[in-house]
Amino acid sequence: MWDEAVLVAGKDLRIEWRSKVALGQLVPFSLLVLVLFAFALDPERGVLSRVASGLYWVAVLFSTTLAVQRAFSIESADGARDALRLSGLRPASVFVGKAAAIGAQLLVLEFVLGIGIVVLYSLDVAGWPLLAATAVAATLCLASAGTLYGALAAGVRARESLLPLLFLPVVAPVLIGATEAFEAALGGVESEGWPWCGFLVLLGLVYTLLGAQLFGSILEES
Amino acid sequence: MSITSLAADDGTSSRGTRVLGILTLVGTAAVAYLGLVATGPDVIQRDSVRLIYVHVPMVSVMYVPVAICSIASLLWLRKRSDGWDALAVAAAEVATVFVGLGLVTGAIWGRPTWGVYWTWDARLTSTAMLFILLLGYLTMRRLPDERSVRTKRAAVVGLLLIPNAIIVKFSVDWWLTLHQDATITRADAQIEGLQQFTLILSVVVGYLGMAWLMVHRFRIAWLESRIEDRGLDLAIAERRAEGDTLVATGGDQ
Repeated sequence: MWDEAVLVAGKDLRIEWRSKVALGQLVPFSLLVLVLFAFALDPERGVLSRVASGLYWVAVLFSTTLAVQRAFSIESADGARDALRLSGLRPASVFVGKAAAIGAQLLVLEFVLGIGIVVLYSLDVAGWPLLAATAVAATLCLASAGTLYGALAAGVRARESLLPLLFLPVVAPVLIGATEAFEAALGGVESEGWPWCGFLVLLGLVYTLLGAQLFGSILEES
Repeated sequence: MSITSLAADDGTSSRGTRVLGILTLVGTAAVAYLGLVATGPDVIQRDSVRLIYVHVPMVSVMYVPVAICSIASLLWLRKRSDGWDALAVAAAEVATVFVGLGLVTGAIWGRPTWGVYWTWDARLTSTAMLFILLLGYLTMRRLPDERSVRTKRAAVVGLLLIPNAIIVKFSVDWWLTLHQDATITRADAQIEGLQQFTLILSVVVGYLGMAWLMVHRFRIAWLESRIEDRGLDLAIAERRAEGDTLVATGGDQ
């Protein structure tokens, strides 16, 4: 199963690497969101550095919807979706592969965005292990839930607006958990952040299991 | 009774639902009389306490149809019979109505009692998220698509309603206990006597109303799926007839 997943992930990442659409649009978009927050919240009054964790994860969430949409739109042309279905790969492997590819892109994005908030919001970074663990755990949640709901919205006529409506309420707990963990790492008591990080890991496993289970019934139609 | 025989006739009412509907109406009238006239105002909340006879039934009923929707979706994925799909959509719509009304009546009650329409209370926040999850489900159902495709996707979203609602509830509870030591202390009113009876009656009426709505909505959904099938059959028959005429006239037309 795992080598099949690697195959799917490799395919998706190769397409991204050659087209550079995600990289060329997602990263600028998420940085733009950071700048827009600064316009909205008046950087002079020190609000930005206090709410940086929340803004960071909101930016990641918005970018995730774009990344997920992209991951499924690459299969919309030339009957690629049907080809994938007919390839004989196990649905669970396809799910894990696609989620892994989305996750890998999100990690790159989160890294760039992290530099963005440190530079733009003049943040003092502390608690590296917690920050890194939270980022990985939250990425697991976002990638698996995103793949599940992205597949549900794929091929639907109003998918651009449907995906955020289905996906964002579902990942609201991820936003809460990741923001709390980041706040604990950056300014609060670090030990208070680890339970949130554990919560995210648990959540990521739940979404992955649900996704791997249900992906078969989503893939078989349309 | 099997799920298919429920909608055996062409209407959506039957003797059972008529009794249920009459009971609901009589019960609503009784609650209105008891809540507005017979019971007295509260010492602290005054007349706004009467809103609990509307609000409490809504919020105590609302989780039942949500659970039914998830279970029906799961059973549809297992059995693939139209009945479970009809039940899931009926439950989701009724749940949306009750959750929405629960939020609205809560806000109306919150204004005189708490001084604000909305507060970031754990229960309020997770209920609002549940409302949005239900709206997402209903949007999914309304998309123009082939019925089998739409049903399958809706079933997956519906099945995930319960786990998502639980996860959201848990995370919001935890989040808010970190932020505030105590949520707004409600006037801890002792409820007894006629007020207690009215409250219990209002919840019972809420369940009756929910059941009544569910049965009717289920039957409508069932008839809708039947008419879609029949429409397809008719269209096929018409095309066949056209083909036959063409053959009969030697294709001159």
